[in-house]
Amino acid sequence: MSTSALVGETYRKRLIVFYIPLFLFVFAMLFPFFWMLITSIKTDAELYNRRISPFLVRDPTFEHWRMLFQDTLFVQWTWNTLWVAIVSTGISLFAGVLGGYALARLTFRGSTVFSIWIFITYLVPPALLFIPLTGVMAFFGLMDSRMSLMFSYPTFLVPFCVWLLIGYFQTIPKELEECARIDGATRIQAMVKIVLPLAVPGILSAGIFAFTLSWNEFLYALVFLSSPENKTVPVGVTGELILGDVFFWGPLMAGALFGSVPVAIVYSFFVEHYVSGMTGAVKG
Amino acid sequence: MVETTATTPTRTPARALRPHEKSRTNWLTTQLEDERVLGYVLLTPAFLLIIVFIAYPFALGVWMALTDKVVGSPGNFIGLANFAKLLDSDIFRTAAWNTVFFTLTATAIKAALGMWLAVLLNRKFRLSRFTRAAVLLPFIVPTVLSTLVWLWMLDGTFSVFNWILRWVWDLEISVFGLVIKEDFGYIRGPNWLGEPAWAMGSIIMANVWRGLPFFAISFLAALQTVPTELYDAADIDGASGWRKFWHVTLPMIKPVAIVVVVFSFVVTFADFQLVYVLTRGGPHNSTHLLATLAYQLSMHSGNLGEGAAAALFMVPLLFVVIVLQLTYLRRIGVD
Repeated sequence: MSTSALVGETYRKRLIVFYIPLFLFVFAMLFPFFWMLITSIKTDAELYNRRISPFLVRDPTFEHWRMLFQDTLFVQWTWNTLWVAIVSTGISLFAGVLGGYALARLTFRGSTVFSIWIFITYLVPPALLFIPLTGVMAFFGLMDSRMSLMFSYPTFLVPFCVWLLIGYFQTIPKELEECARIDGATRIQAMVKIVLPLAVPGILSAGIFAFTLSWNEFLYALVFLSSPENKTVPVGVTGELILGDVFFWGPLMAGALFGSVPVAIVYSFFVEHYVSGMTGAVKG
Repeated sequence: MVETTATTPTRTPARALRPHEKSRTNWLTTQLEDERVLGYVLLTPAFLLIIVFIAYPFALGVWMALTDKVVGSPGNFIGLANFAKLLDSDIFRTAAWNTVFFTLTATAIKAALGMWLAVLLNRKFRLSRFTRAAVLLPFIVPTVLSTLVWLWMLDGTFSVFNWILRWVWDLEISVFGLVIKEDFGYIRGPNWLGEPAWAMGSIIMANVWRGLPFFAISFLAALQTVPTELYDAADIDGASGWRKFWHVTLPMIKPVAIVVVVFSFVVTFADFQLVYVLTRGGPHNSTHLLATLAYQLSMHSGNLGEGAAAALFMVPLLFVVIVLQLTYLRRIGVD
């Protein structure tokens, strides 16, 4: 498809079957972000005037940005989200690396059954569990605490990490470990000193993907947290910037923009890892 | 370390232990050399998390669904009354139908457009790496935040789509005095989120926008594994682009494509955020999905039992998906 199709193709045909559709796709994918940005820098007078073109910004202002950072708890929400994402990713990677290694490398009774169960839990959506989980969190005294998220996010992150890393560990030649063991290394030494360093790209993929998943999580954060100062960015922006039926579109769009920026930065540095995490997660 | 030879025949301890090794050979290391023991030890963290935060809550959810539990009271066992009540209510039946309709439609559109975009991205062109990275953006940013933009773009009064529509409607285009398009006069534009059919369409549109990159990039990864020799052979046979796609590309990426589609199915049918932000289930409870209905019943009305029952209606669909996925899995050593 790639090279052979291009040979002998006229420029006009390529324009119609390739450049125009591709441009339309890219435009559609990116337009909402453009809209986020220009909405956040327009004055209210411009935003709520239906007669003028909404595509132009006549009088750019950073007032909405200032409001977001100074008059709301946005900075606090960002810290909460970051902290929750880092801790839950850490917990999930720890459990995922150990579990993934065990299921990929070691033979013991029940390993196949356990792999299947991991996969099943991987497909269980948060929407199925949030009601009873409220009871579990209340039992541990974690309601309205960021800890509730640090422990509930691993419910979808651990199965994901284990699943991804099983696949990754299987690509590392078993012989490397066997060599180390012949040289006298214990199983744990072989795992920590030989396999884990080689698995760093896979672990990084799992980590990046897990980080973005926890940054974006909404339902658990919505249900478990109630105090404004404990909220994460997605819940804070949707919950605290909309008062009743009044939408402050300027600050809302600024919140959407700045809530997306950190995860977009992480993503832009690790595109390849993110993609291999995403595609590796669904491969059989 | 000698005692492990029984379980690992590849090791032949034909040499003496070095002194520094001997000191570490305590009881724990001996135990951990046994892969049956080590396997269980390494799985313990994952196992505990899954038992406490998935398996137990699931069982608790099933129990709650059989009770009339409301917030702040333990609740009594009432058998299947919650399920019967739900099946009898119009709101629930609408939500169940919406869930099926929304999932099937959105997944079909995402799969079709995703395949198209993947084929486009698979060609060689300048800025291709940048384009791939940019196209994935809708998938990586927090869903509720991007959905807020959709809420704003679909606003009843200030919708940018309706602005464009009005602009086009009003526009009079003439070339050399010949009127190509006349001024059609005033048009209000669709009330995107205010009418049931438009609202469901809007939700599907926002879901497609968000999920399309996942399909495109996953399909692209699959496309790149198709050997180019197959296309060369098809070229020699004089196959057209379409025929190559149907007879070479599709069969080759079918296994991955099925897993991607089914995986997206689970995520789509359990979707909560889109409906929560765009319509809250409205207008008149016409756009609820099972997830948002379960949320409304449990967190707003406080009927935890009924909410848990509504959420459990996802299980049959989930079960089908799991069976499908497991039959396509190669990674687990079921073979």
